[in-house]
Amino acid sequence: MARWQFGITTVYHFLMVPLTIGLSLLVAIMQTAWVRTDNPKYLAMTKFWGKLLLINFAMGVVTGIVQEFQFGMAWSEYSRFVGDVFGAPLAMEGLVAFFVESTFLGLWIFGWDKLPKKVHLACAWAFSLATQASALFIIAANSWMQHPVGIVFEDGKPRLTSIWAVLTNNTALAAFPHTIAGAFAVAGTFLVGISAWHLWKKSDREEVWKGSLKFGTWVGVVAFAVLAITGDVQGKLMFEQQPMKMAAAEALCHTEQPASFSVFAIGDVRRPDCENVKSITVPALLSFLAHNDLTSEVKGIEDLVPLYQEKYGTNYPVDERLGDLSGKPIDYTPVLPVTYWGFRLMIGFGAIAAGFGLLALWLTRKRVPQGRWFPLAALASIATPFLANSFGWIFTEMGRQPFVVVPNPNPSGVDGVWMYTAQAVSASTVGEILTSLIALTLTYGALACVEVYLIRKYVRGGIAGVMPAKTTDGTLAFAY
Amino acid sequence: METLWFCVIALLWLGYLFLEGFDFGVGMLLPILGRDNTERRVMINTIGPVWDGNEVWLLVAGGATFAAFPGWYAALFSAAYLPLTLFLLALIGRGVAFEYRGKVDSDRWRRTWDTVITIGSWVAALGVGLIVSTTVLGLPLNANGDRVGSVFAAVRWDTVLGGLAVAGYALVHGAVFVALKTEGDIRERARRLALRIAPVALLPVAVLLFLVAGWWAVGAAVLAVAAVWRLALGREGQAFALLGLTIAATVVTLFGSLYPNVLPSTLDSAYSLTVHGAASSPYTLTVMTWVAAFGTPAVLIYQGWTYWVFRKRIGVQHIPSH
Ligand code: HDD
Ligand code: HEM
Ligand code: HEM
Repeated sequence: MARWQFGITTVYHFLMVPLTIGLSLLVAIMQTAWVRTDNPKYLAMTKFWGKLLLINFAMGVVTGIVQEFQFGMAWSEYSRFVGDVFGAPLAMEGLVAFFVESTFLGLWIFGWDKLPKKVHLACAWAFSLATQASALFIIAANSWMQHPVGIVFEDGKPRLTSIWAVLTNNTALAAFPHTIAGAFAVAGTFLVGISAWHLWKKSDREEVWKGSLKFGTWVGVVAFAVLAITGDVQGKLMFEQQPMKMAAAEALCHTEQPASFSVFAIGDVRRPDCENVKSITVPALLSFLAHNDLTSEVKGIEDLVPLYQEKYGTNYPVDERLGDLSGKPIDYTPVLPVTYWGFRLMIGFGAIAAGFGLLALWLTRKRVPQGRWFPLAALASIATPFLANSFGWIFTEMGRQPFVVVPNPNPSGVDGVWMYTAQAVSASTVGEILTSLIALTLTYGALACVEVYLIRKYVRGGIAGVMPAKTTDGTLAFAY
Repeated sequence: METLWFCVIALLWLGYLFLEGFDFGVGMLLPILGRDNTERRVMINTIGPVWDGNEVWLLVAGGATFAAFPGWYAALFSAAYLPLTLFLLALIGRGVAFEYRGKVDSDRWRRTWDTVITIGSWVAALGVGLIVSTTVLGLPLNANGDRVGSVFAAVRWDTVLGGLAVAGYALVHGAVFVALKTEGDIRERARRLALRIAPVALLPVAVLLFLVAGWWAVGAAVLAVAAVWRLALGREGQAFALLGLTIAATVVTLFGSLYPNVLPSTLDSAYSLTVHGAASSPYTLTVMTWVAAFGTPAVLIYQGWTYWVFRKRIGVQHIPSH
């Protein structure tokens, strides 16, 4: 139950996050172009995309606040266990990133006529860089759960010995560019979809939409290239640090050498049936993803389970907080349909969006296609990187089950620190969690409708909707 | 080191109550002081550029508690699960409402969001008061630091008094802030309102302090009286500063009487969480101290600068027509 609550709220938070991260930097770049060239086209771009950014940002903030308290509310055992390590990046995120983000955004929104142009521009950059920094800290915290470093194990708890090791965890250094590139993929396709629609509608200020379209396609295409490269790096780390997650990503039963990458499977990928699954595979690709070597071996679930049992025991400890699970055998296999399809959907939706991005780049090299299909496809493609991001996280988080803090069984890793998800939850009653789950889901659902409505409204309004008529003397250039 | 961090966290709560205190107050008074849409916009725009920055004080108070005292963070927030959820919902509502209320040109739309702001501000102010007073007054905790008993263990007459204390403070503080930041008719009305409600609204603070700390409460009470006196003479800036000192004295008194506990157990004082029992390791605290030593002054400087940039009073004539 607590897992549903956390999963739903976090995935929801992460719908806003990538758009904020990506769009904030793009808007800062647009504004820089305006300040440098004084070309009104760039001002219009800044205002238009900036407005959409703000609508989205508000939701990002309020859903983030919930996240900050969730660990204490629903995961108090987890917080007690990892607090020594995990709280530090979270607190740093607040102190270093969120303060900058919120303060300079306030200055940016209300400062159009109060600050010199360049100072105002600097506020946009400060805001954008702070969102990137916040991502770095939170990913360092998350990566520590996947790959605990910088600690010693004392009195049954991890104790931090090097914050630097936590912040430069190789898992985090790989996950950060991957996540950020995912954010730019979102922002890029967002620009492309909306601009293509306006061009098709023959809206005012054609040059603005053309500029945004071109900018968006490039950002998107580059982002997808970075995603593939960093994803490959992550795959290798995952293979080393969390072999079970790697096997689960493929629903790989038997150890294979060379291992093939499954593109699509028909049938039930759940374990007992995995003999019966027919899947279309690309030979040796998985070996390459794991090792950079087309012939190497990748361990399957059948062989990993005994390894985990040997290292971490076959049964849960007898502990009343574990409830039904206390003393029961441990199932070391993550939920395979989720990990298998999560991994495929991440890559698949990414590939669709990337394919469309390349196509758009090719088609728009001279002029924008006139047909109706182009804007419609562009609008539809906005959804794909959002989905890819969500599935990426769902895969990452579900792939580490049944652990919250994962042990890394390979000799090179830091081993010996782990916590089962079942041990991590608060002593809260089901009623409490259910109440908050329902209340938050309803609220989020309602707010999602409002956000989409507002975004649509401002998208349709085009440039005229965001450029206020000339202000008369003394009135504020911007007021709520 | 633990003691230092106890003080830092008290300071963060102080920053939060002081800053968000007035923006809660502005939201709470929206339907009372703002007679029409333009006046309500004046009020909202006095806090427009800063409320989000104010809210981060809460996030950092939470994050710093997690980093420095995981036991405290885990026990308090899991025990006060439902009140905290309500508080978060209120923050969600008002946060979105500020941003969205002006985005559609319709009276119904604006009125709806105004209601969200008002209710959200009331609930959030009551909620934060309840949570802070809970940590001071204690909870029925067992040896593991888990709450025993009802899910409403954090809702008692004395913590509700704490909620009223913060809400009352926010009302006065918010009214003084409006008086300080606006001009024209609304400024005068805000000042008079603050004067009228102060004796009632500040009463719960005084009672709470007296309950917790006995005669130490006098310090804060004197400051509050001084604030009202300056306000009566029309010195809004001084009144605002004195109200800030009032809340500072309140937080110091409350947390001072709490030390060395961080969250007392009402069942058995042996189960109370203390600064030593709930703290992180010295290494983590050292790291955090360095971060705070550089981070906090920077925050104060650029947040101070924001208030400087937006120092001009605003009035109805400044609000653009749409
Ligand atoms: C990869 C990036 C990323 C990830 C994984 C998360 N967030 Fe987030 N968060 C951001 C990136 C971000 C951001 C880009 O900085 C946001 C998004 C929109 C925004 O307003 O800032 C933000 C907002 C945001 C806020 C509000 C900040 C403010 O008031 O300005 C809080 C308190 C959190 N987040 C906390 C969390 C927690 C506790 C997470 C862990 C589950 C989490 N976020 C996941
Ligand atoms: C924003 C991107 C993220 C998404 C979309 C996401 C998604 C999820 C999902 C779907 C679950 C539920 C898994 C389950 O049912 O077991 C989960 C669990 C969890 N995640 Fe994340 N996560 C994100 C980031 C993070 C970060 C940054 C952290 C830590 C700093 C984190 C910590 C946790 C914890 C503690 C759990 C609960 C334990 C568990 O159920 O395994 N997550 N997350
Ligand atoms: C060639 C394509 C890709 C490959 C090989 C790839 C690989 C990976 C791997 C191995 C992980 C898991 C890391 C771990 O759990 O240790 C991951 C996570 C993730 N992926 Fe991808 N990915 C690809 C494309 C994409 C695309 C297109 C997106 C989004 C637009 C995306 C978004 C994510 C996210 C958000 C996560 C979870 C966060 C993280 O661990 O960084 N990925 N990816």
